[in-house]
Amino acid sequence: MDDDKVFKALADASRRMLLDRLCERNGQTLGQLCETMDMKRQSVTQHLGLLEQANLISTVRRGREKLHFINPVPLYEVYARWIRKFEEERLNLLHDLKQELERKQT
Amino acid sequence: MTEKSASFVYVTYIRTTPEKVFEAITRPEMARRYWGHENVSKDWRPGSKWQHIRTDEARTVDLVGEVIESDPPKRLVISWANESQKDDPDQYSRVTFDIEPQGEMVKLTVAHDELQPGSGMLNGISKGWPHVLSSMKSFLETGQGLGL
Repeated sequence: MDDDKVFKALADASRRMLLDRLCERNGQTLGQLCETMDMKRQSVTQHLGLLEQANLISTVRRGREKLHFINPVPLYEVYARWIRKFEEERLNLLHDLKQELERKQT
Repeated sequence: MTEKSASFVYVTYIRTTPEKVFEAITRPEMARRYWGHENVSKDWRPGSKWQHIRTDEARTVDLVGEVIESDPPKRLVISWANESQKDDPDQYSRVTFDIEPQGEMVKLTVAHDELQPGSGMLNGISKGWPHVLSSMKSFLETGQGLGL
């Protein structure tokens, strides 16, 4: 997926709030999401559209309802690409330090 | 039967073919390279059992279930439970893999539902699937999965 779309979608407080709402309760309808958002239905629809284009949410039709689910896969890719590798370096340093200190004790 | 409502839907786009995605799920020699587990079934036909086996020397069976629906390379539906809870029907959840071509990409949708709210499985999979799917994508596109 397009990384730019993911970062752009996240660069907005309302869209991050929508993701938080879905994290708390996955699989909500537009109506349910509007109840907890202080904005017009039309704006919520627009924000959801951008989140869906970035693949950060997916939708499933169940009967007449359209349910929105958070899709954390692109976030995980951001984590693996931009965060995990830096953490690993730090964890390796800690690991080496621990070994070094323990070696000195014996 | 207690109410089971919790569900998750995961989507990833992979630059590959539907056949390769289906194989990556169902062929042990492929799954072990990005999942750290093999998915093993004698024929992946409806009614057949499947097992999720760790690729360590002990070959620990972590998950078990049955094939509910199989339409290669478009769709696979399986039931899913911890090996230790295999005798309790309430502990079985359901995983649906939908594989559809979209231009030069394949859209893989994994829906995991009929989960017990508050269960250990619910916690485990909400962290597990994003890694597995990112790793599968990396494996199919570059030949290498993500380390666990």
